[in-house]
Amino acid sequence: MKLIKLFNQFEALADAELQTKATSRREAFNSFGRTFGKAAAATLPLAAFMTPNRAFAQTSGTGITDVLNLALTLEYLEAEFYAMGLDAADLLTGDTRETVALIGQHESAHVEFLRSAISSLGADPVEKPDFDFTAGGTFNDVFTNEQVFLALAQAFEDTGVRAYKGQATNLMSNGDILTAALQIHSVEARHASEIRRIRGSKGWITNANNTTGASAADAVYAGEDNVTHLGVNATTVTDVSRDQLTEAYDEPLTKEQVLDIAGLFLA
Amino acid sequence: MQTPKFSSSRVVADRDPQSRRRFLRNSGIGLAAAGLFLTGCEDDDDPIVMENAVNLGSGDVGVLNYAFALEQLEAAFYAAVLQGSYYASASAEEKQILADLEAHERAHADFFEAAISSVATAIPALEVDFSSINFNDRSSVLNTAQAFEDLGVSAYNGAGRLLENPNFLVVAGKIVSVEARHAAAIRSINSGSPTAFANSQVVDGNGLDLARTPAQVLSVASAFITTPIDASGLPQ
Repeated sequence: MKLIKLFNQFEALADAELQTKATSRREAFNSFGRTFGKAAAATLPLAAFMTPNRAFAQTSGTGITDVLNLALTLEYLEAEFYAMGLDAADLLTGDTRETVALIGQHESAHVEFLRSAISSLGADPVEKPDFDFTAGGTFNDVFTNEQVFLALAQAFEDTGVRAYKGQATNLMSNGDILTAALQIHSVEARHASEIRRIRGSKGWITNANNTTGASAADAVYAGEDNVTHLGVNATTVTDVSRDQLTEAYDEPLTKEQVLDIAGLFLA
Repeated sequence: MQTPKFSSSRVVADRDPQSRRRFLRNSGIGLAAAGLFLTGCEDDDDPIVMENAVNLGSGDVGVLNYAFALEQLEAAFYAAVLQGSYYASASAEEKQILADLEAHERAHADFFEAAISSVATAIPALEVDFSSINFNDRSSVLNTAQAFEDLGVSAYNGAGRLLENPNFLVVAGKIVSVEARHAAAIRSINSGSPTAFANSQVVDGNGLDLARTPAQVLSVASAFITTPIDASGLPQ
């Protein structure tokens, strides 16, 4: 089954459940504030979660828990990928191992954070799918060849950055959730930069260049060469070279694009 | 000296209340220079001060001008870095990174000026004072760059919720992740540690990066921006 089909089925279930559990956004928010505050209390002042929502009209589009479940799916993928890499004998050593261990720790924290957030909003966190990191045999040496492992890590991190970015506008009705998602988004970008630089790439993406060495990851970089933002062709308002201009902006991916990429790694 | 008039009722995560002090220390600037301005708009404000202040404006435009102010600061900083003797003798890798960052921040500033001007009034060029930074010294440059990049990430993370127009949020999102990529690279070359790019100074136990309110950010930036900034119209 394609991941997107699985995901859409889940969304329908979650939506139905959310409607019975929380009849209004305010109710959902209050539930979030009560329960979620506990999980976040270590670092986030509870007051931050009790602020009244800014009222944004959101009559269509993807619901907040749908977005968080999409994010959770990606975090499951990343967390399991790094855990398996760290468990693989002789795959990761020295500084690279330390870097990957920190990234893996963050991804596991994101899984727990998102599960708590989703539950606190009255919905059910999606279950972890079974993954196949060889992508059906394309990357058979992913856990025995450090270069292949790091190339996939780069693809996953760059995908994560674009995925969160693409969903931000669907979270505008809840400022606290939006802020938390942005706080995860920039951590994914830090990860991406570090992994890319370990592999000898720049920390930022030039044009739509796929520097993973795997053509299967072309979709991860498609559209990164865009230079038009808010209707302004940025090349016309700056002397900065086009290459560097494309590096200065990361581009969003749609949910469908993200699920197509992640679907390659579904068992 | 004015007391900043910002609501503290909605403080976004800033897990390190000492961060400003450390920022100033790392940047080689004395504490005495801190808190110099940040104009508030109390009734008893000196009207002369208010006349000289640059007003960011209100609503989404105010938030965009706030971002524009930070991009101006970063662009001016890297332009100065490229003129210093540290850069001239830096390794090829460090030169590449700093040259890219200069270009990226200039691209952001140029874009904001054009985009804001097309719909409203963009703030003018801000005056900066980098006398506390030694551009001939690697540590002074990289510590300041690290502080600016981490500050930029936290500023965009905290400002996203203040925007009402989804298109503006998308643009802010396109930029903040590049600032985070910068921050990671600068942290990495600055310390040499394999975990500096996202260590516990900037990422908490939930795996979340820093987020700061405009008041928090501007109180730090004010050590380097000499033009008084009136941020009182920003959404709370």
